[in-house]
Amino acid sequence: MDLSYGPEYQAFRDEVRAFTAKYADRAPRGALGGDMRDWQLLLIEHGYAARTIPKAYGGFGAAPDVLKSRIIAEEFLAAGLPMGMSGQGISMLVPTLLEVGSEEQKRRYIAPTLRGEIIWCQGYSEPGAGSDLAALTTRAIEDGDDFVINGQKIWTSTAAQADMMFCLVRTEPDAPKHEGISYLIFPMTTPGIEVRPLVTMTGRAEFNEVFFTDVRVPKTDVVAGRGQGWMVANATLKHERGMLGDPNQAGTRLKAIVELMQTEDVDGRRLMDNPALRDRLLKLQARVHAMEFHGLRLLTAGLKGEDPGVARLIVKLMGCELNHQLAAFAIDALGELGMLYNNSPHIRNGGNWQWSYMFDLGLIIGGGTAQIQKNIISERGLGMPREPKPAKV
Amino acid sequence: MEFGLTSDQKMMQESLGRTLERVCPLERVRKAADGAAPDVLKAIAELGVTGILVPEEFGGLGLRLLDAALAAEMLGRHVAPVPFIASSVMAPLALLGAGSQAQKERYLPNLATGELIAGVALSEHAAGARAKAGVAAKNGKLSGKALFVLDFAGADIFVVADAFGGLHIVDAEAKGLERTALPTIDATRAIGELNFDAVDAEPLSENPQAALDRMVDAGRVMLAADTLGAGGRMIEKAVDYAKERKQFGRVIGSFQAVKHLCAEMIAELEPCRALIWYAAYAFDEFPDQARRMAAHAKAHTSEVGTFVARTATEVHGGMGFTDLLGLHYWFKRIGFDRQALGGPEKVRHDAAVAQGWVGN
Repeated sequence: MDLSYGPEYQAFRDEVRAFTAKYADRAPRGALGGDMRDWQLLLIEHGYAARTIPKAYGGFGAAPDVLKSRIIAEEFLAAGLPMGMSGQGISMLVPTLLEVGSEEQKRRYIAPTLRGEIIWCQGYSEPGAGSDLAALTTRAIEDGDDFVINGQKIWTSTAAQADMMFCLVRTEPDAPKHEGISYLIFPMTTPGIEVRPLVTMTGRAEFNEVFFTDVRVPKTDVVAGRGQGWMVANATLKHERGMLGDPNQAGTRLKAIVELMQTEDVDGRRLMDNPALRDRLLKLQARVHAMEFHGLRLLTAGLKGEDPGVARLIVKLMGCELNHQLAAFAIDALGELGMLYNNSPHIRNGGNWQWSYMFDLGLIIGGGTAQIQKNIISERGLGMPREPKPAKV
Repeated sequence: MEFGLTSDQKMMQESLGRTLERVCPLERVRKAADGAAPDVLKAIAELGVTGILVPEEFGGLGLRLLDAALAAEMLGRHVAPVPFIASSVMAPLALLGAGSQAQKERYLPNLATGELIAGVALSEHAAGARAKAGVAAKNGKLSGKALFVLDFAGADIFVVADAFGGLHIVDAEAKGLERTALPTIDATRAIGELNFDAVDAEPLSENPQAALDRMVDAGRVMLAADTLGAGGRMIEKAVDYAKERKQFGRVIGSFQAVKHLCAEMIAELEPCRALIWYAAYAFDEFPDQARRMAAHAKAHTSEVGTFVARTATEVHGGMGFTDLLGLHYWFKRIGFDRQALGGPEKVRHDAAVAQGWVGN
């Protein structure tokens, strides 16, 4: 155990800190500040975004160093500056292409994705294929040099803004469930694609439904080969689950709640002086620390090439739950202010707590529901038996 | 940056685990009286566990609180009926923090070998005074009452905190000292009550207040680690049982209702491990965080421990409830850890004070 960073990393931290001080005014913050794409370019140039992606593909080209990545995240958090662009293109498609994409696909798509010039959406879930993703039925039938796609996707975030989609389709209808799937990439402007916004309980359309009618995609736009889609999807989901359980987000939320409880008062008394609220805050603080240090433990295991086993499998479940609990607590701490929404007078923090409380429930369900996560933890982590297949009638 | 255990630490834990498996099976735990099993104590003393925090110059291993936490985890795992938290952790810290050179030379070597057992009486300082408890010091003599004295049975000396945060050493046989055992739910550890009537005491006078705070913080980290070990073992037992026990023609571990309980237990307990490691490390490296992190480790692991204790018992069905299986030794160990040195609400309050969220 050694939580000191040593001189090389201290120097790196100083460098990042100098950057955050110098360029703070160029950072996009809500409606204020600079443009997100300009910010992204600035970050890539300095190695604070796309850090380990090879220069040939538009990244910064640094050797992977998780400690440096962590220092960047810590310093940006401390300075209250946004990290670079995220989203499904950068977080999921880019790592997937780097892992299994062709050279041509890497050169064509990675750099513009990193620069924010191509926005991606993910076509995985279907109305009949959620937790049981491999049951998907959107079909792609071979026709000359193309596949012709028919079917429907759902829960497609950013589909309305996206330029491209990475999509799972069934190319081999007669193959076993997991073997007949291919991973295709294509522009959202391809004829036959219709996007319908899906309004959620938040009142906003964070997701969409996407309908395909005779959508033609060249066969060359398959990633990792025909029938390999399930393998590719698992590579992508691994990245998504890491993204969804991010402990930094919980730390940021906790910090905001502490500030809220120190500044907001009722009957002339700070919320922090209410012992019942304070006790709940402390419970959550312990959880945030526990997940933060748990992240350090996994980080160290990764550095040493050790498999942390079940410890790794719990992050999505616990991280999403914690974020949701933090939002729920903030609303309780706000009392009657907590029921306000949208642009109501008196609303705090732009209604973000209320939105998060609802939206985060979606994150607990999405990316593998909490129940699916518990299956994974118990089966792969604890070696418990799988649910027996129902008897055939 | 490395957030993990060294190979030495892993080896120490494994060898302690193997020893306890051999000398401290459930049958031995059942027969231990008053939380004492001298043969088990002797076996762990031979590994140096009793002297884990005692500097090498006084015959100990001279290790740090993280190492002690790893030992505590194994003791909890095996519900070992031995003194440790007071005698091997808190008392040496009292001597190291507030004792004179002569006192260190006199007591530490025997504490390190386990030949001398020290109880610790500071509950009023850690968790508040009950039933008019409290100890007054006057002209080198102690009067009053101390409750919930840790590692009570078989103690040769007691380290006693007075009402003003002064620390004293008292001989167990001293004149005017009345000792009364307090039975608890946990038969594997002993606590008791001390009544002082002008009892001769030896002050530990070099900065006792700071030493007292360190003893409480260290004790809380040890209790958390003990729960981590006991809880981890309960989960293993639940998983093993669920893989064997059949109902409705299949092992119950294939029912999601059962599987998910096991997943929830491990998902809650594993992050406690990192929190405890950090709290133990902060105790030695980041003094400004030590109190808050020790409190969080104790309170959070207690909450999770309670959940694990009841859930693992439920997974065992009716068997879990019987004495036959003995699972209740772990259940009760976790229950003891939760209340000792302050229940979760009290301990969280200390964490709030430590970061200036509220006055004392």
